[in-house]
Amino acid sequence: MSELNIAMVEKYRNSFLHEVEANVEEGDWVKMCMQCGVCSGSCPLGSHWEHSPQKLFMMIRAGKREEVLSSDSMWMCTSCYNCVVRCPREVPITHIMHGLASYAKRLGLVPKGQQTAKFAQHFWDNLVKKGRVNELKLGLNLYFMNGFAEGVKTSLKMKDIGLGMLKTKRMSPMEIFGGHKVKDLDGFQAMVKKAQEIETARIEKNMNA
Amino acid sequence: MATKEYSFYPGCSSQKGASSSNYLISVNSMCEELDIKLNHIPDWNCCSASIGYASGGELPRMALSARNIALSEEHNPGQEIVATCAACWLATRETSERLSENSDLMAETNEALAMAGLKLKNETPIKHMVEVLIEDFGYDAIGAKVKKPLEGIKIAGYVGCQTNRPFGIEGESFENPKYLDKLVETLGAEPIDNYDKKVQCCGGALAFSEPEKSQAMIKDIIEAAYDGGAEMIVTPCPVCQMNVEVYQDQINAKYGTKFNMPVTYYSTLMSVAYGRSAKDSALDGQIIRATRLEEIAAK
Amino acid sequence: MADEKKVGAYICSGCGIGDRLNMKQLEMTATRDGKAKVCKTHDFLCSKAGVQMIQDDIDNDGVNQLAIAACSRRAKVEAFNFSDVSQTRINLREGVIWARPEGDEHTETTQEMADDYVRMGCHEVKAMTVPTGSDEQPLVKSVLVVGGGITGLTAAVESFKTGYSVTLVEKSGALGGMAGDLYKRVPTRAPYAEPEETGVAELIEAVNAADGISVHLNTTVTKTAGAPGRFEIDLSTESGSTETTTVGAIVQASGMKAYDANQLPEFAYGKNADVVTNVELEALAKAANGGSMKRPSDGKEIKSVTFIQCAGQRSEKEGHLSYCSGFCCNTSIKQAMYFKESNPNADTTILFTDLRTPGAGGEDFYRSGQKKGILFSKGEVSEVVPSAEGLEVKFNDLILGEETSMQADLVVLATGQVPNSGPDPYAAVPTKEEKEAAEASNTVEISVESILNLDYRQGTDLPHLSNGFTDSHFICFPYETRRTGIYSAGPVRRPMDTLQAQDDAMGAALKAIQSAENAGQGRAAHPRSGDLSYPLFRKEGCTQCKRCTVECPFGAINEDERGFPQFNESRCRRCGTCMGACPVRVISFDNYSVDTVGNQIKNVDIPDEFDEKPRILVLACENDAYPALDMGAKNGYHYSQWARVIPVRCLGSVNTVWLTDALSEGYDGVVLMGCQKGDDYQCHFVKGSEMATMRMSKIADTLQQLNLEEERVSTYEVAITDIQRAPQLINDMADTIEKIGMSPFKF
Repeated sequence: MSELNIAMVEKYRNSFLHEVEANVEEGDWVKMCMQCGVCSGSCPLGSHWEHSPQKLFMMIRAGKREEVLSSDSMWMCTSCYNCVVRCPREVPITHIMHGLASYAKRLGLVPKGQQTAKFAQHFWDNLVKKGRVNELKLGLNLYFMNGFAEGVKTSLKMKDIGLGMLKTKRMSPMEIFGGHKVKDLDGFQAMVKKAQEIETARIEKNMNA
Repeated sequence: MATKEYSFYPGCSSQKGASSSNYLISVNSMCEELDIKLNHIPDWNCCSASIGYASGGELPRMALSARNIALSEEHNPGQEIVATCAACWLATRETSERLSENSDLMAETNEALAMAGLKLKNETPIKHMVEVLIEDFGYDAIGAKVKKPLEGIKIAGYVGCQTNRPFGIEGESFENPKYLDKLVETLGAEPIDNYDKKVQCCGGALAFSEPEKSQAMIKDIIEAAYDGGAEMIVTPCPVCQMNVEVYQDQINAKYGTKFNMPVTYYSTLMSVAYGRSAKDSALDGQIIRATRLEEIAAK
Repeated sequence: MADEKKVGAYICSGCGIGDRLNMKQLEMTATRDGKAKVCKTHDFLCSKAGVQMIQDDIDNDGVNQLAIAACSRRAKVEAFNFSDVSQTRINLREGVIWARPEGDEHTETTQEMADDYVRMGCHEVKAMTVPTGSDEQPLVKSVLVVGGGITGLTAAVESFKTGYSVTLVEKSGALGGMAGDLYKRVPTRAPYAEPEETGVAELIEAVNAADGISVHLNTTVTKTAGAPGRFEIDLSTESGSTETTTVGAIVQASGMKAYDANQLPEFAYGKNADVVTNVELEALAKAANGGSMKRPSDGKEIKSVTFIQCAGQRSEKEGHLSYCSGFCCNTSIKQAMYFKESNPNADTTILFTDLRTPGAGGEDFYRSGQKKGILFSKGEVSEVVPSAEGLEVKFNDLILGEETSMQADLVVLATGQVPNSGPDPYAAVPTKEEKEAAEASNTVEISVESILNLDYRQGTDLPHLSNGFTDSHFICFPYETRRTGIYSAGPVRRPMDTLQAQDDAMGAALKAIQSAENAGQGRAAHPRSGDLSYPLFRKEGCTQCKRCTVECPFGAINEDERGFPQFNESRCRRCGTCMGACPVRVISFDNYSVDTVGNQIKNVDIPDEFDEKPRILVLACENDAYPALDMGAKNGYHYSQWARVIPVRCLGSVNTVWLTDALSEGYDGVVLMGCQKGDDYQCHFVKGSEMATMRMSKIADTLQQLNLEEERVSTYEVAITDIQRAPQLINDMADTIEKIGMSPFKF
């Protein structure tokens, strides 16, 4: 458990809802859920969620902090926005799921081996490095993100797809030697760093308030 | 009609040697025919798509899109931003809307932007290329440029998620948007009625991290197109295009299906219908060849 | 009006009638069989010229009985509207040419149908006289309002605004009722975000300021006699003095009683002072008056409160209310806001199974509550028990599917509304055994006090529908009760909130005024609004059997000291249930009687057995079944060529003599079509179809005596939407006859 997480437990001992409202993207909306369940019925991966969005919202209100933040569920979000457009209360459910995932990651509560979480980290690292995503490197990283042996297997499985992409010039082996990037990389990286600092400071301030 | 100019946000996947580089080629051909001038946003960066949230958090993500808008406002002033990628459009428009509603977040974003020497005014409309076609041109104007109608081709209009939700195209329903069907009809081809997976999610970025779950959905999307009698799928989204096209062999191996369904962009269809060559239409970018389109392009 | 009756038959050949039917033949039938003195055909009878042609004959030729053979009586009502003459409509369009398919093979039977209807109409109208209206009562422009709560106050003010004078009676010593005891009420206008003032004080002020409203506090109604336009009301005060006043109509706004929460020991009500009902919480809020709310047990500030929705409601448990009271979800949101008003950090939780926030602003108000941080949890509460910190509320979380509990300083039970309606005149009388059992278990029910003390043959108060709420035709005529001229409003009619009660009060006040006005003009109230006919009674033939006084669905008929019926014309709805009930056929209306229908039945041509042309008599309720057949025909749903359909005011008006006459004259089958009966009845006259069904259950004896099969008579419930089914029911009878054979009674 991260230090920040321990601090948050102390701070919001009695109200996980308030913690979510303060620290999670669009968390203010959690209280507006009216428990109709339309989101759960609209999710394309709904059957793979341990806790549907409807349940997650109820668990937040019921103070089930550990269960929510260490849940696999919000990592199943494909960002299809079906729940958002169907929610009769216009709750930005997709964003709350993103926010919960991100907050769980910040607190070090993501379940071990969560594939989407790993992919998301690679994606972020990749984009911050050059300002633009390098699909080849991202792809290779992905194949090997679960270790070398697993990576070889995945690569073999994906080999035909890679060949197809190469043949149609939709993948370039030259990318491995640098590839696309933004020109003002220093400015870009300073901006991202600053944004991260502001956000972290905001959350730490909540913790100490 | 006078040349229409837009500030263009091409996005990472459209770059040379990237997964939807073929999309950009056909978009360029299409725009030439429609007399659209795309002024690239100089030094644009990645929008972080719909997967950057987890490690990026809210504010850094806002900053990414804000930088693009700010660059556009500085270098292409007065021009509406146009994106061809669904995720680029969504992330940019979402940022613009959230920042206009939340002044604290706007101040913080500008604080970060200052590190790159930029300032966001946030006064620029952000459009998807489909909106430009439908709202700024209209079906009649699109149809007027057709030189080689795509006669006899049955095409399933796969709209997918992010060009449809949460913003969508003005006047269309979330559950059954019709614009791709109307476009297909305008180009002389035959749309598929009752394509019941028209707005089904393909898994998006989770096609990488949750391949089995995603491919189960992709299978349904292709199967429904076949059920509707389609020979080809058309889509406005690079992720949709890639997910639905490239996994067909794996799906065939797993489910015993015999899918071999070309998946094209609307711009591919338009470019061919406008009489452009196979190369200009990036038909060589199809992993599953769109032979019917190749025949027409060769005529 | 001319003394001599002179029938004029007018036949329209428009709308395709002339193409399908032999008009010359119809004219011959009208004059030769129907004995019409005048008979004219017109190719567009409802046109100005066609109508003028009829009017000219009335004015110049002394025609005073019109048989108009054209479209259904439901069409062209404005065109065919002649005064001071009797009139019937012969339905050649919907009832004949649309009800039957085209084609040579059908021409003969279709023509026979039309000829029969022309003959029937001519003889029907001959049995009519022009009604003149009841003159039993004058126009009395005053309304009695019983109950001084928000409903009664509103009804009084609204009635007064129309120029009526009002007598407002309140049992207690003050106006305001239960709404007057509220701290605030659920908002009634946009943005529906905050509780608002009840407005009761302003209403009381308006009532006191109006010189046309006389207020009687500490007063009850000890006798209500008479009828609309001539109600005689005894008002008695606590001290015993009584005065009598005359009013035109009555609004009963006797409101509700709070549910007795002592029935809820599982929630610790009565055992713990910190468990209160939603009614009692208002007193706490009034005491706090915007300041912090104090716990009843020790006066400590309440920091956490839990609301239990549906407490003793929507439950089949003994002592619980089976229904939803409708107001409690919004009320709990409002009351949770009381706590947030003084302390935004107060923990306010609403435990619900189904949150229902009716009304235009209900959803907005719910949203506003959520924004203020009121927590809504879907959970079913099993028990409330004392704990170290106050109270522990144990519940089953219905979303997470687990037994759990929460702590609260105060628990509020969202209890329901019990109508204050007086005893039901039709309540089942307890059997001797039930009485003895009740006495033995010492649970003798306290007799319910009468509200109106009606001096009626059928009980002292408004009849109930279910759960003690007064009966009202909730789909078509919500304010109507089963006592003409008396309108119930507010939670005595159904559970509701204060805004709905005020809307109700306005509606009931206007209905009461309409009723007084109709009575003054001798006309019927709904649903035969404007009808000038009323029951006529031939006393010399009456056997004092009391069927009419017992069966009248509206308790309109009293009995004199010798047991003869007293009709109270303005209490009558003109359904004819009394006419249907009368075994000696002494009750009739000027334009609707045993003879008007009997003549139609007798003038259908009955071909002899060997012609193989059966006849089916269809008696169809004019409100639902007859329109259903019309609309069915219009939509191409045909029915048997053997059917002859006669509209009746209500199935309750069907006198069994019509059936025995028909069967003994050789009809092969009879189909009766009335409305749905029972608790969810659709009958415009509430009990008409039920009475008819009861009577028809006894027709089996008659059939047996005639040695006829039981299947020859069927009774059905038909809705106005049954446009496919209604024709099918007739066709079913035709099939039955084909199976069992023709009636042997053909001569």
